[in-house]
Amino acid sequence: MAATAEQLQALARIEKSPGYWQTVGRRLMRDPVAVGAGIIILILLSLAIFAPWIAPHDPYHGRMLGRLSPIGTPGHPLGTDELGRDMLSRLIYGGRLSLFMGITPVFIAFFVGSAIGVAAGYIGGTFNSIVMRTLDVLFAFPSVLLAIALSGALGAGIVNGLIALTVVFIPPIARIAESVTTSVRKLEYVEAARASGANAFTVVRVHVLGNVLGPIFVYATSLISVSMILAAGLSFLGLGVRPPEPEWGLMLNTLRNAIYVQPWLAALPGVMIFLTSISFNLLSDGLRSAMDIKT
Amino acid sequence: MLIYTARRILYTLPIMLGVALVCFALVHISPGDPLVSVLPPDASEELRLRMMQIYGFDRSYVEQFLIWLGRALQGDLGNSIATGRPVAAEVWGAVGNTLMLAVVATIIGFTLGCLFGFVAGYFRDTWIDKLASFISVIGVSVPHYWLGMVLVIIFSVQLNWLPATGAGPGGSSAWVWDWEHVRHLILPAVTMSVIPMGIVARTVRALVADILSQEFVSGLRAKGLLDRGVLAHVIKNAAPTALAVMGLQLGYLLGGSILIETVFSWPGTGFLLGQAIFQRDLPLLQGTILVLALFFVVLNLLVDVVQTALDPRVQRS
Amino acid sequence: MTASPILQVDGLVKHFPIKGGLFGKRQVVRAVDGVTFDVAAGETLGIVGESGCGKSTTARLLVQLIEPDTGQITFNGKLLGRDLSLRELRRHVQMVFQDSYASLNPRLTMEDAIAFGPQVHGVPEGKARQLARDLLDRVGLDPQRFAGRYPHELSGGQRQRVNIARALAFEPEVIVLDEAVSALDKSVEAQVLNLLVDLRQERKLTYVFISHDLNVVRFISDRVMVMYLGEVAEIGPVEDIYERPGHPYTQALLAAMPSMDPDQRTEKVPLSGDPPNPINPPSGCRFHTRCAHAFARCGQVAPPPIELNPGHRAACHLLREEPKAA
Repeated sequence: MAATAEQLQALARIEKSPGYWQTVGRRLMRDPVAVGAGIIILILLSLAIFAPWIAPHDPYHGRMLGRLSPIGTPGHPLGTDELGRDMLSRLIYGGRLSLFMGITPVFIAFFVGSAIGVAAGYIGGTFNSIVMRTLDVLFAFPSVLLAIALSGALGAGIVNGLIALTVVFIPPIARIAESVTTSVRKLEYVEAARASGANAFTVVRVHVLGNVLGPIFVYATSLISVSMILAAGLSFLGLGVRPPEPEWGLMLNTLRNAIYVQPWLAALPGVMIFLTSISFNLLSDGLRSAMDIKT
Repeated sequence: MLIYTARRILYTLPIMLGVALVCFALVHISPGDPLVSVLPPDASEELRLRMMQIYGFDRSYVEQFLIWLGRALQGDLGNSIATGRPVAAEVWGAVGNTLMLAVVATIIGFTLGCLFGFVAGYFRDTWIDKLASFISVIGVSVPHYWLGMVLVIIFSVQLNWLPATGAGPGGSSAWVWDWEHVRHLILPAVTMSVIPMGIVARTVRALVADILSQEFVSGLRAKGLLDRGVLAHVIKNAAPTALAVMGLQLGYLLGGSILIETVFSWPGTGFLLGQAIFQRDLPLLQGTILVLALFFVVLNLLVDVVQTALDPRVQRS
Repeated sequence: MTASPILQVDGLVKHFPIKGGLFGKRQVVRAVDGVTFDVAAGETLGIVGESGCGKSTTARLLVQLIEPDTGQITFNGKLLGRDLSLRELRRHVQMVFQDSYASLNPRLTMEDAIAFGPQVHGVPEGKARQLARDLLDRVGLDPQRFAGRYPHELSGGQRQRVNIARALAFEPEVIVLDEAVSALDKSVEAQVLNLLVDLRQERKLTYVFISHDLNVVRFISDRVMVMYLGEVAEIGPVEDIYERPGHPYTQALLAAMPSMDPDQRTEKVPLSGDPPNPINPPSGCRFHTRCAHAFARCGQVAPPPIELNPGHRAACHLLREEPKAA
């Protein structure tokens, strides 16, 4: 035991430099725009999670007499929608599906796309060509068109919308993952790791992933903004989420006919989509410049 | 250059085939009986089988694909289930309107984007840069369909300056160059222009900042060369990439116009797609998407070839 | 040969395919084209040649970072692929690269980087870390200061010491040093070279030392192999090569060396131009296009290696035409 204690003591004396992610975190915290965007995202997320405790009214319950009451109506600070449901409550509840539909596809695509891209980049050769040429086919569709085509063919519904969006985001993430992995793979430390006799999985886990996941992750966060707009857009078209669920894109759709009656009320759900999308964009930009550490 | 172009075209062919395959598959990933919208609900089994035969649904997928591909190559995309009219004619009628909208939007977006991007890159890290960059972030973050609604609210509902929907007076769907039609074009085109604006601005800012930070530019400035010389140099170096981005954006707008066309009831391909989705008119859906995707592929090809011709540095082995 | 060979390389060939033309006419770069040599246990074999001569490819072939098209590698009498697995070979034969920064993972601390290898070969983590700290100490870096550092915080010389420690962590018998000191400042280079010499003696190591710097190679090597366009031009004991070079190419290389003695410096450039393209190497003797002594036969027939002294061989027709003068 004495030896262990001695070793522990020696360990404690070792000067430790801050790791890469620690440095990135510290730099990010010094960026006021990114911090602001992050706080807004946290607020939006907590509103969605704690909606039942925060929302003043039941988002599904409408009163036919109180339809389309203006912003500032007593009891309904943001007015009511075309079925007399409280807008504030629906906007708060709407975050649940909207954020879920916007973030989940990118999240899944991050894992699937990274796996495909890293494998293609690391293995290289014919396997790489086959994978990347297949992805090129999906790249031949503009993302909006592909999302609408897939969910249009699959039919409306939350799951179908998620599938469509995930398929849209896998190719760009895989392509980034492939190019980063290909460049990292050529570096000598990966060669050195291979020369250590470690198997491919160990080399990828210890030496490749740590250096490629960062850039892929930043790229993926920048896609969340696009995904939010697209997901709400699908619901806006009547694909994706179906009534009477509260969801920002769908709310925008159903309120579209009300623009001559309560124009600014009708535009409210879009403000939420915009706010979410721009916050993710600014956070992603901040993260990108925080990770751009010159050594 | 010729070899590069030829190789690039050869490389595009399998992608086109893949695109066709995806479009073909769209019909088959769609749940339910594809005949459900043509057949009366009480159709007999015999009638169902005959219709299956007529539409070719009784053959193997490979056969169906080859037959469909063969027809598509001859310009026959089948008939719309809802209207019975040939899909090719429907799509062709709508493509012109979408192209009109997308081209005008690209020109507006490119001009504004270049302006913002250039100013931001030239005055890098000043408040002007911050402001211009913020505008471009708004451009890429705004849900454009919502922006369309807001513009309608301001300019149609509140100010009553411009029409809210349609491509011309009285539901006219054919484009004519007159003031009435141009008035209808303004709102959707401005809305749509925001998408390329943000991206062009970001690209141009990065390009300009990069070129200005290069040593030979500092050298030019140090030698006392007037800013005009530097400016010309920057434009010459940034132009190929900026043009390439513009070309790609035009392609995205062609395929991505569906949401904006829906907001403004613009009688283009996006509107057609919306119809196809709601009436579950799969041949129409398939045909429209095939045409739009092929447009996109060809545009990509053109952009690549033109960019390579303008800027030999781009050419890769 | 003084001792039994620890490493035997026989007929190593590596051609890299390259693309070209519309349909990608297949051409090859003959990077390594039939290289045969032995390395005796405990000796240092220097490999010299101009850039593009196949030195680095040979190094990568030795640790099988790239697979040879043909050729055999035998370690301690065991044929790789038959008696010896790749994993075993890699434990016994380690490599140090030229670029000290690129050869360290930027996300790993020095301790993690060194401990990775032993862990791969089954050493438990705690022991591997202890080993890593001992090795840092051995290569002259205070473990308390350096174990927790990242590559960008170290100087080039310090990083190369870490790379040496990382190779040592496998307890290898052979270390392939590919231009390992070439990127360092002269004073740092000398310190690292001295470290290598000490370690060689202390741990009974065998080095394959690749460099374009003839002075450094002369300092550290027991034997030297000269490569030209993927082939062995000459191989022999270091004094033979430097004092009595047999091959005109070796003579030219040595003449091009900046001499320490100003009186010895010549204005004449002994070797001009770049080596020919390894895609289409010259016929016959590959050096004949740049050789001052070339005659008709040189362009037609590739010269076989000729033994000049025991262990000293050179591939040149001149040596056959005029038998040993001595």
